Amino acid sequence: MIALVPMIASTVVAATPLIYAALGETVVERSGVLNLGIEGMMLIGAVAGFAAARASGSDSVGFAAAAAAGVALSLIFGFLTLNLQTNQVATGLALTLFGVGLSAFVGHNLAGMPVERLEAITIPGLSAIPLLGDLLFHYDIMVYLSVALFVGVHWFLTKSRTGLTLRAIGESPGVAHAIGKPVLATRYLAVMFGGATAGIAGAYLSLVQTPMWVEGMSAGKGWIALALVVFGTWKPARVVVGAYLFGGVTQFQLFAQGFGLPVPTEFLSMLPYAATIVVLVIICRDPKTILLNQPASLGHSFHPTT
Amino acid sequence: MRLRIWNVLRASATALAVALPAASFAAEPLKVAFVYLGPVTDGGWTQMHDVARKKLEAAMGSAIKTTFVENVPETADSERVFRQLAADGNKLIFATSFGYMEPLQKVAKLFPDVKFEHVNGFKTAPNIVVYEPRFEEGFYLIGVLAGQMTKSNTLGFIGSFPIPSVIRNVDSMTLGAQSVNPKVKMKPIWVNTWYDPGKERQAADTLIAQGADAVGQNTDSPASIQAAQEKGTYAFSIDADMSSFGKKAQLSGTTEDWSGYYIAETKKVIDGSWTGNRHTRWGLKEGLVVMAPLNPDIPPAAVKVFEEKKAKLISGELNPFAGPIKDNSGKEMVAAGGAMPDATFSSLNWYVDGIEGSVPK
Amino acid sequence: MLRLERRPTPSTVMSYVSPLIAAACMLVTGFLLFSALGKDPVEAFYLFFVKPVSTSYGIGELLLKTTPLLLCGVGLALGFRANVWNIGAEGQLTMGAIAGGGVALWFGDSDSSLAMPLMLLAGILGGMAWAAIPAFLRTRFNTNEILVTLMLVYISQLVLSWLVHGPWRDPEGQNYPQSQGFGDAETMAALISGTRVTWGIVYALGLALVAWIFSQKTFAGFRMQVAGLAPAAAAYAGFSERRNIWIALLLCGAAAGLAGICEVAGPIGRLQQQISPGYGFAAIIVAWIGRLHPIGVIFGALLMSLLYLGGESAQMGMGLPSAITGLFQGLLLFYLLAADLFINFRLKRVETAAAKPAAPAAPAEAAA
Repeated sequence: MIALVPMIASTVVAATPLIYAALGETVVERSGVLNLGIEGMMLIGAVAGFAAARASGSDSVGFAAAAAAGVALSLIFGFLTLNLQTNQVATGLALTLFGVGLSAFVGHNLAGMPVERLEAITIPGLSAIPLLGDLLFHYDIMVYLSVALFVGVHWFLTKSRTGLTLRAIGESPGVAHAIGKPVLATRYLAVMFGGATAGIAGAYLSLVQTPMWVEGMSAGKGWIALALVVFGTWKPARVVVGAYLFGGVTQFQLFAQGFGLPVPTEFLSMLPYAATIVVLVIICRDPKTILLNQPASLGHSFHPTT
Repeated sequence: MRLRIWNVLRASATALAVALPAASFAAEPLKVAFVYLGPVTDGGWTQMHDVARKKLEAAMGSAIKTTFVENVPETADSERVFRQLAADGNKLIFATSFGYMEPLQKVAKLFPDVKFEHVNGFKTAPNIVVYEPRFEEGFYLIGVLAGQMTKSNTLGFIGSFPIPSVIRNVDSMTLGAQSVNPKVKMKPIWVNTWYDPGKERQAADTLIAQGADAVGQNTDSPASIQAAQEKGTYAFSIDADMSSFGKKAQLSGTTEDWSGYYIAETKKVIDGSWTGNRHTRWGLKEGLVVMAPLNPDIPPAAVKVFEEKKAKLISGELNPFAGPIKDNSGKEMVAAGGAMPDATFSSLNWYVDGIEGSVPK
Repeated sequence: MLRLERRPTPSTVMSYVSPLIAAACMLVTGFLLFSALGKDPVEAFYLFFVKPVSTSYGIGELLLKTTPLLLCGVGLALGFRANVWNIGAEGQLTMGAIAGGGVALWFGDSDSSLAMPLMLLAGILGGMAWAAIPAFLRTRFNTNEILVTLMLVYISQLVLSWLVHGPWRDPEGQNYPQSQGFGDAETMAALISGTRVTWGIVYALGLALVAWIFSQKTFAGFRMQVAGLAPAAAAYAGFSERRNIWIALLLCGAAAGLAGICEVAGPIGRLQQQISPGYGFAAIIVAWIGRLHPIGVIFGALLMSLLYLGGESAQMGMGLPSAITGLFQGLLLFYLLAADLFINFRLKRVETAAAKPAAPAAPAEAAA
């Protein structure tokens, strides 16, 4: 059991950026918008967060800048898909390509520089509890905030009035518009929220996981976050569980290697990707699960005059 | 537009010719090009080459002009880059990644008067020279430090790809550690990438969790140093000094200073003494392999052992791969009194005794 | 005040003009960017767009790089038209290279005239097999093909890595992770001497033509277009969604697989860890620049290929960072998507009390 503690701890660190990005995307998709540009927004968040934290010496400034950069990029997406009615899938892909290029370009002189890692906080008393203290009370503030974000998103989607409106818009924007709900504004806010969380997820990579800036450092995590939203059938609680499971699988393959499992390392490295496919198949196997949970207007443009 | 560019070029060439003293032995500067796999700001391998390129420029002044191309993938693209550089009048081209070997062979045949230098390869030609660092010396010394500083007697190693030049390094680190601490065991993890801080970080966390308290690496990012800094264990940098990522954690590391080699080769081209078909291995003695600054926390006794071994490596008294060496199945690979020949390094595919597991096949 | 109004029918003229608008925006952005970096924009444009193709070798390189982009682009465009979002052409390309390369290694140095046709066939089948996985999962288990095709990219690259480190490693290659070089009969000769361009470009152009005929003249092609434009109508007409998904993915897999084998049997000449600098992903932009039309994709592929070569040339010529290439590619796609607006919408002046009657909105209307 004691041997498992470090593995669980590193799982939490691996899962946290996925939680931020996937929870944001859950809200976006619940409003009926599919933004495939998470990877691009994460990278922009990573580079902006890193640059700001370096310049200011403050991690809070870094995370704020990352969120702002994510929002800025998401606004391009929002303008194109919501105002100009472009295809959401293609625009999202373009956002990713653009984010990868832009972050490499602006981050050219930041590579190879250090930044102080966001310190883990210790809670007097609690952190000292054997085992449990290491397991639960030895993380950085962003880990705890991700839990708060989950509670907030869950409450927002199920209990708040605005959340209900957002879901109604995601199901049937035409009807929502007819009864006077602000479809465009709501979707814009959702897209911006998704941009902010993706930016924060990116900054978590460049300020906490590996405090440095590297071109393309999100390494496909934005796509994993998208898969997690489907995995979680658009429900925040399941999305979070999915993120921890995925983080666990990525850790497991390294631990297995460390224990000398006689399998080619390439096959162990495949494990997280293969597991994602298998899980997607299990979740989607019954078409009803998807039909019942997927926002009905997901990915479709809405233009009030049509 | 072409005409305009040509005019600009001609004008600048004229200006250059006027600026150069008439007595200058070279009518025009020697054009030297560098081809890099990564970006010049990678904080490691490519950056060290680019630092040396700048030193070369500073040392040679107007006698040379350098160009570099970064992010050149080891796909069909590298051939075009080499060809273009040769066609643009570069007379000496340094190819700084192993994967450029085959394209280099083809382009070198097309441009017999251009000199090519290829790092870490094994195919030479009348106009291709292969050069590589004696990393085993650096990793042996890393092992000497790790073996003295470990409390758990378990060392770790984050490998990129299980290819001979990397296996050599985990082997020599283990041999170095065993020379001062016969009880040490080595755990390698292969991450199948040269540069992925996320993965390297996770690998370092894993090794530390499994008891390794001094971890060497052959991947390029400082992620493992950051991990060690947090967990209070030790790590070693590679290519560049990475102590800014973990002052307490980094004990030392292997870094490269390619400038001496680049200056020497460029001078050879200028004075006409450059020859092909060579395979050069430079190490501590020649100043190509340089140890990163020692961590002040290392006890003086351990520093003394380190310095003695280093002096012996430089003088040639000590050979990291001197026999007897057994592989980890107990088979004798180098007999007592013998030493591993240089040629064997490029096909090395076995672990020395003391390394856990087997080389991934 | 201006507002958007949907056109009664999409504008044919605009579908040709919008790429030009996008290209013009790109040039303006490039001009500003180069100026901001303190580089002479004229020289930068020369290095980017003219110098790479100023020699016959350069044109050969342009066509060589166009080959995989065109093959993948045509395949993707077919799928995108039918609302099948395969973004894993890179993985299908890798699998094609593995399958075709495996055949090449099996033939060894044999000079059998069967070798090359079988390699190409194996490449095509390899790509198809890899694309069949998402097709099966989507049609049988309703699994989103975007995510599955992407995950399969990572997996295919690890399979290739394992093969060249392990079973297919060159025994004479001093343990380096690459296969033996293919024999002469297993390597594609240059189409034009003095260049590296192979028959691959001919296959690619031929495929674009066949795809055009397929989508314009055959019933299967028609069904796929309807499915993409009006899914409800397609369902009402009884067109099988499953069949469309299978066709779209298998065709794209075949094209990408062919691209893969043409790459390893052509300029590379062996299997090694990295065979593509991301052609499968760049082909997504190519398909879009080409208006998802097979003939348009030819131009898209040529333009993307030129952007790659231009990026290299600008680096060598004036030390511009290599990240510029990626930035330009992403920007181009954005501009193009935005310019597409004018195909389905036009700007219309709306008289409001606040707006002055003589508001100078005429140019916009003229453009529409």
